[in-house]
Amino acid sequence: MTVTALAADTFDPASVVTHDPVVRVEAICKHYGSTEALRNIDLQFERGKLTTLLGPSGCGKTTLLKIIAGLVPATSGQIVVNGRAVTGPGPERAFVFQDFALMPWATVLRNVGFGLELKGMAAAERNRIARRYIEEVGLQGFEDKYPHELSGGMRQRVGIARAFAVNADVLLLDEPFSAVDEQNRRKFQEDLLRLVEMERKTFIFVTHSIEEAVYVSDRIVLLSPRPGRVSNIIDPRIDRTANPDDIRRDPGYLDVVEEIWQGLRHYAE
Amino acid sequence: MTMFGYRIPMMASLIVWALVWEIVGRLDIIFLIPPMTAIIAAGFDLVQTNSWQNATLVTIRSFVIGMALAIGIGVPLGVMMGRVKIIDNIFGLWVNIFVSAPLSALVPVLMILFGMGEATIVVTVFLFAVWIIVLDARAGVMQVPSSLVEMARSYGASQATIMRKIILVSALPEILAGIRIGVIRGVKGVVIGQILVAVIGYGELFELYSRSFDMERFWALTLVLFAAAMVLSAIVENAEKRIEYYAGAR
Amino acid sequence: MSVMSQDVKVVAPAATTGQALRLFAERRRSFWVVLSLLVLFTAWEIAGRVPISFAFPTFLDTLAAFFEMVADGSMIRAFFLTLQPLVLGVAISALLGIALGIVMGLSDRLEWLLAPVFIVLQAAPMAALVPLVTFVYGIGLVAKTLAVIMLALPVIVLNSYKAVRHVNPSLVDMCRSFQGTRRQQIFKIIIPDASPVLFAGLRLGVAAGFIGVMLAELLITPTGIGDLITYHRSVANYAHMYAAVTAIIAASTVTLALLQWFETNVMRPEKRRS
Repeated sequence: MTVTALAADTFDPASVVTHDPVVRVEAICKHYGSTEALRNIDLQFERGKLTTLLGPSGCGKTTLLKIIAGLVPATSGQIVVNGRAVTGPGPERAFVFQDFALMPWATVLRNVGFGLELKGMAAAERNRIARRYIEEVGLQGFEDKYPHELSGGMRQRVGIARAFAVNADVLLLDEPFSAVDEQNRRKFQEDLLRLVEMERKTFIFVTHSIEEAVYVSDRIVLLSPRPGRVSNIIDPRIDRTANPDDIRRDPGYLDVVEEIWQGLRHYAE
Repeated sequence: MTMFGYRIPMMASLIVWALVWEIVGRLDIIFLIPPMTAIIAAGFDLVQTNSWQNATLVTIRSFVIGMALAIGIGVPLGVMMGRVKIIDNIFGLWVNIFVSAPLSALVPVLMILFGMGEATIVVTVFLFAVWIIVLDARAGVMQVPSSLVEMARSYGASQATIMRKIILVSALPEILAGIRIGVIRGVKGVVIGQILVAVIGYGELFELYSRSFDMERFWALTLVLFAAAMVLSAIVENAEKRIEYYAGAR
Repeated sequence: MSVMSQDVKVVAPAATTGQALRLFAERRRSFWVVLSLLVLFTAWEIAGRVPISFAFPTFLDTLAAFFEMVADGSMIRAFFLTLQPLVLGVAISALLGIALGIVMGLSDRLEWLLAPVFIVLQAAPMAALVPLVTFVYGIGLVAKTLAVIMLALPVIVLNSYKAVRHVNPSLVDMCRSFQGTRRQQIFKIIIPDASPVLFAGLRLGVAAGFIGVMLAELLITPTGIGDLITYHRSVANYAHMYAAVTAIIAASTVTLALLQWFETNVMRPEKRRS
């Protein structure tokens, strides 16, 4: 079947209007000593959508994500979530780590329920919730395993289940699939799309893979490096109802990939 | 730590402790702790005495000979253990036992075997320092990437060349790290040896000062020793840093 | 040179017993343990028979002396006396050292204030200070315990401090991202993640403690194993003296091996990263 993907829309970053923004990034600047990591970032993230921060290494995409998470303080500017300016981590945001950040001494069940454990929820209650999300990411039967007994892909499923378990509005994913092998990666991307569909949450996703970004995103924010700035915003407009393999072969999909690559290639070494 | 926006180097806190010491010393609470200034003054006196200079000479001589033996025997043994499985299997157990054994218990044995003189101290230094040097040299040789050795072999390098130009050079950071810890242990060895033998070098002086309750000189001698240990370790550390630029790339 | 072991395999022809032995050697670490013990004890026996010195007993004489001392109870009594300051000193060093190390790892100010002191104390020959202890605390158990603490404490403190400083920063971030309090961060993340290194520091502390207790027993007043060594030396009973020295070295080796075994097999095997 042919995919009815429309050509991507490209916007001038300044003129992008977002309806119902759940996260607003306002004039964020970040300096590390004398190096400027991010310059004057203004972005809005729409509720229920998956937005990707894409760019070459050194463009500050992970830094920006950690600022949104409240893990790293911004030098100036502010982050507004659900209409309130944030100063640190909060219950409406959950983070998925590139290196999984699983506690090696804890079982899958305890790892998934850890966010709830920190909130002081009783063990029975948090285990019930944790089991539900373990099932949702396809890890039922592994509740009592330790992280070292799982493959890289399964470990990240634990990380994602942990983020879902706290029922945050916004999920922040920092290159979640970069430590996962290629076959699992594709499966993961499809599962992620399914979760976006099911959970109706806002996803902010960081990656350096153009294909991954185009495949999973509703909107792609292109960042350029040194210092990190927003260089372009692209809505891929992929028809998600199509078969995944057809999407990856679709000319529209490939055009968007090519367009982004042309925009980024002069940053390649 | 930063204070008022300035970074204060870590070792600066030692000055604070010296001040505290001075105050405690001035308060005359216990005779064990004379004021730091008095200790330093005693130190200047001390280094001009004949007995200190002779003791230092004897101590340095024992230390240098013991360390030279430890390095001269330890590094080749470690390299062989890293390269030859059988040698590793036979010596591995003993090296691992002695690296953390209470060697202070062995000093009385050394005293009857080597006499109450310098020879015992030399052997003590050797025994304290050699095992860690062996272990680190072995570890250094073991981590040489086999692709590097295969590369040399594919370009027709002889075994001797591979050993000299690939393995030893590649293992140098670990070998130096072992020598640095060996030096620190050697200093402890020379002091433990001399204190237990009690009739030579600093051991004799420590014995003398503590018997005559000459706390100022006792502490001055201790400070000299501590400082020497730190300086020695800093020197080897500096050598380590110089070769780190290529070690960092692997 | 790595061909060496391969050479052996190729060169040695197919003598069946040789093959069986080699197979056994490859599979069993215990084979090499026994072999290296045998090599040293044989060398010792030969050196004793020569003899290389009038004060160098043979291995078998030493072994006989050891069993004699076990039989007459003097060895057991000696260990009982030696273990008192050792266990006491190591226990105090462990509690104090881990606590100090952890607070130094958590607080920049305390790190600044305390870390240099312990860096100096660990690198410096603390043995020089043992005679001082006798001035204040005499020659009893307290003085010996203090000698053990002086040697064991710095290494435990510094290892605990490094353990806390090297906690996986990603786990700490994870805890923060789920709004963990500082208290939760310390007790649920930092201490569990640091505990293998904390335990390794403890093992090094025990090794230092053995050195300290022997130093104390030889330097302050002869008691326990130190007394056996000193007494048998003074009456030229060299086999007994060697047996005492060997016994304390063996005791320390066994203790450390047990701790090592505990560390790799019991302390969170799940921690072994794949």
